[in-house]
Amino acid sequence: MATIPSIPILRRGEVYHSLDQQPIHAIGTEAPAALLSMANSGLVKRDLNHVTASRDALRAIPAADLMQMCIEAGDHFLNGTLPVGEEEIPQSPDDYVRSLSSTSGLPHALIRMNMKKLHEVFTEMPTIMRGLTRGLDLGVLDKGYGSQEGVPVSYSANAEALSVVLPSNSPAVNALWMPALVMKIPVLLKPGREEPWTPWRVIQSFIKAGIPKEAFSFYPTDHDGSGAIIRRSKRVMMFGDDATVSQHAGDPRVEVHGSGKSKILIGEDRIDDWEKYLDIMVESVSANSGRSCINTSAILVPRHADAIAEAIAKRLDAIKPLPFEDADAKLSGFANPKFAEYINGAVDDGLKEEGAHDVNAPIRGRERHEIYQNMHYLHPTIVRCDSWDHPLANREFLFPFASVTEVPQAEMLDCIGPSLVVTAITEDQAWIDELLECPHIDRLNLGAWPTNRVKWDQPHEGNLFEFLYKRRSIHVATLAHV
Amino acid sequence: MTSQENLDQHTRDIIQHHFSPETGCPFWLKWAEEHWDPRKEITCFEDIAKFPHFQDEWLRDITNEEWVPKAFAGRPFNVFETGGTTGLPKQRVGWDDYKHDYEMFSDQLDDDAFPKGGNWLMVGPTGPRRLRLAVEHLANHRGGSCYFVDLDPRWVKKLIGRKEYDQAERYQRHVVDQAVEILKHRDIKCLFTTPRLLESLSERVSLPGNGIRGCFCGGTTMTPQMVRFLVEEVLENKALFVPTYGNTLMGLACSVPLTDDYSVTYYAPQPRAVLRVVDPDNTQRTVDYDNYGRVELTTLTKEFFMPRFLERDEAIRRKPCDRYDWDGVGDVRPFGVMEKKVIEGVY
Repeated sequence: MATIPSIPILRRGEVYHSLDQQPIHAIGTEAPAALLSMANSGLVKRDLNHVTASRDALRAIPAADLMQMCIEAGDHFLNGTLPVGEEEIPQSPDDYVRSLSSTSGLPHALIRMNMKKLHEVFTEMPTIMRGLTRGLDLGVLDKGYGSQEGVPVSYSANAEALSVVLPSNSPAVNALWMPALVMKIPVLLKPGREEPWTPWRVIQSFIKAGIPKEAFSFYPTDHDGSGAIIRRSKRVMMFGDDATVSQHAGDPRVEVHGSGKSKILIGEDRIDDWEKYLDIMVESVSANSGRSCINTSAILVPRHADAIAEAIAKRLDAIKPLPFEDADAKLSGFANPKFAEYINGAVDDGLKEEGAHDVNAPIRGRERHEIYQNMHYLHPTIVRCDSWDHPLANREFLFPFASVTEVPQAEMLDCIGPSLVVTAITEDQAWIDELLECPHIDRLNLGAWPTNRVKWDQPHEGNLFEFLYKRRSIHVATLAHV
Repeated sequence: MTSQENLDQHTRDIIQHHFSPETGCPFWLKWAEEHWDPRKEITCFEDIAKFPHFQDEWLRDITNEEWVPKAFAGRPFNVFETGGTTGLPKQRVGWDDYKHDYEMFSDQLDDDAFPKGGNWLMVGPTGPRRLRLAVEHLANHRGGSCYFVDLDPRWVKKLIGRKEYDQAERYQRHVVDQAVEILKHRDIKCLFTTPRLLESLSERVSLPGNGIRGCFCGGTTMTPQMVRFLVEEVLENKALFVPTYGNTLMGLACSVPLTDDYSVTYYAPQPRAVLRVVDPDNTQRTVDYDNYGRVELTTLTKEFFMPRFLERDEAIRRKPCDRYDWDGVGDVRPFGVMEKKVIEGVY
């Protein structure tokens, strides 16, 4: 694409060109890759008062039809040429990959992997909906009531729209809001600063497949606008660190997707065969360049920690900065160099405390933080901690990073704390029973399964259907003619 | 006489007034004793650059009596405050300046949008602020009365500083509730408020639908996009929007009628106040036209002399226009806003 797209605001599907145009720069250059129309907070607040029309547009379409449109949209997303920006510049899948890579620093190969993942979200929507609604006949959402396994059920929406404040760090996070459309809930999206591309393309895919444009609002905005979205929306999904999570704890309107602190635990019964699970550990730490909350950030083992840490570190050392276009590129750079500096500093600060060392340091033989082709990278890092109490033992960072710590099996579940995903490699039934009872684990993989692989019929970090709908009691009496 | 000649003559008159023992105030007379005699050194406005920057802390740390020109001795003064989120606010004494300033402003207003005899509503900071008396005087001067709903910006800033956004929104709702009642039940044609309160009001009622024909607004940053939103959606392209830039220390800078780009340019009420856009690293230098710089204010009235005060704002230096034959300041925003977070709240 030679022309720079002007990515507008979408106000219930209508294009709005803001006078506040901000460039998104291609990394390492002063050249803008796009111009973003920025929404002032007053405009966002005003629109939040008028979302009923968007919901009406979705309510008018049977859920089964929305489902078919969603499946069709998957093909448009993966293979289609879709309009981008006010100019409606045709964007092929390759154009999308190049644009996103240029502003986010994600290698092409990782973007293509994320595209496939999102494509699966579109096409596996029936499975996802079954998982989220526990097999509810979606006709219930059309009629307002119905039955499930012979029991009358009715659901009412908690909000007229789902607001989402998106990050810039991983396109796949868009998977989390997409089912809302099939649930007949319109979306109001605030894209990440460097990543308007994916939510825009997902929206265009849905619209091309027939979902009414009124169902989509899209507001590039600043801190003030984001604050308005968060404070004014009845249901809002956002992403942030532990501080953000705690700030909104107990607020039923807000679902914060924070750090995952996902872990691999190997039991006493399997630890001597640890080499069999090396591939799983490496994939869990490094897939998607370690950017996902479902990447493993800590590995707890009863013994062999030194050997395990060394073996993973050697495998991770093969993941190096490469040109964006290189098909083997697996490591993402940082669009904002300050993030790389901050994260690297945090790791170094942790290592200053006795009881941990960077296992990769002697293997890679250079600094963790490297500038390659004008892009800031952090090399994969395995830290061997002597104790679970070490400050780096349970930390999560936005690059391939994990700790390896020896912890007796009997103590593991007491110390892991909140964990989005736990892969427990064991066949010890007594311990499996304890794992199933452990309140800290959101998703449990029993057996050798990477933490980063999702099953579409399982909810992820909260259940979107339960967030957007509440079950009400219902009784429908036959009308008597009097 | 050209506007520049007028400004130079006015500057000489004001310097003579403030630095003569018969008419000047203790602060400036003492300053002249300790430094140099401006009556000899200042022959035109350009010479004002010989003064150092006025420090607004002086308005807090020095008693108000020190600022009373002998020419006003024996007349009780009004005390107008600015800032003061914590600690003692800065204070400016005054007598009739606000009346002069707002009568000058009145001459610029469109009589269709701000009809003579029409009543006004002010929703914003009243209390110890010049604005409260000024807007009422403006309404009275134009033959109308003024209703008020108070907002305490110091409290709002504290709430926002403590991240108590929910409380801030509740307080804002409380203010807007009161304003809506007045709009619904009284005959109001003209409005003064802040941009944020204006937005909030319009979420509750149609302002033109409730009789509003003109609104003048001030007190905070207004980007072109924000102005466009206020004109097109908040005021529904039916009521006239007049952005202003002003404060307790200056008076009121008017904007020229908006054009399609909604960029707002203000022109100081010369010769009573002069705005320059200066290089923040070398404040003697005025930046080139169409470039951003820090706003420097000089106030030249018989009540108050304030040379070269560096405002906490930056703006684009704009060329003179048909209506105002001197430089304007455009797209004003908080100084250093690109580098740091600035709390503006609802004010």
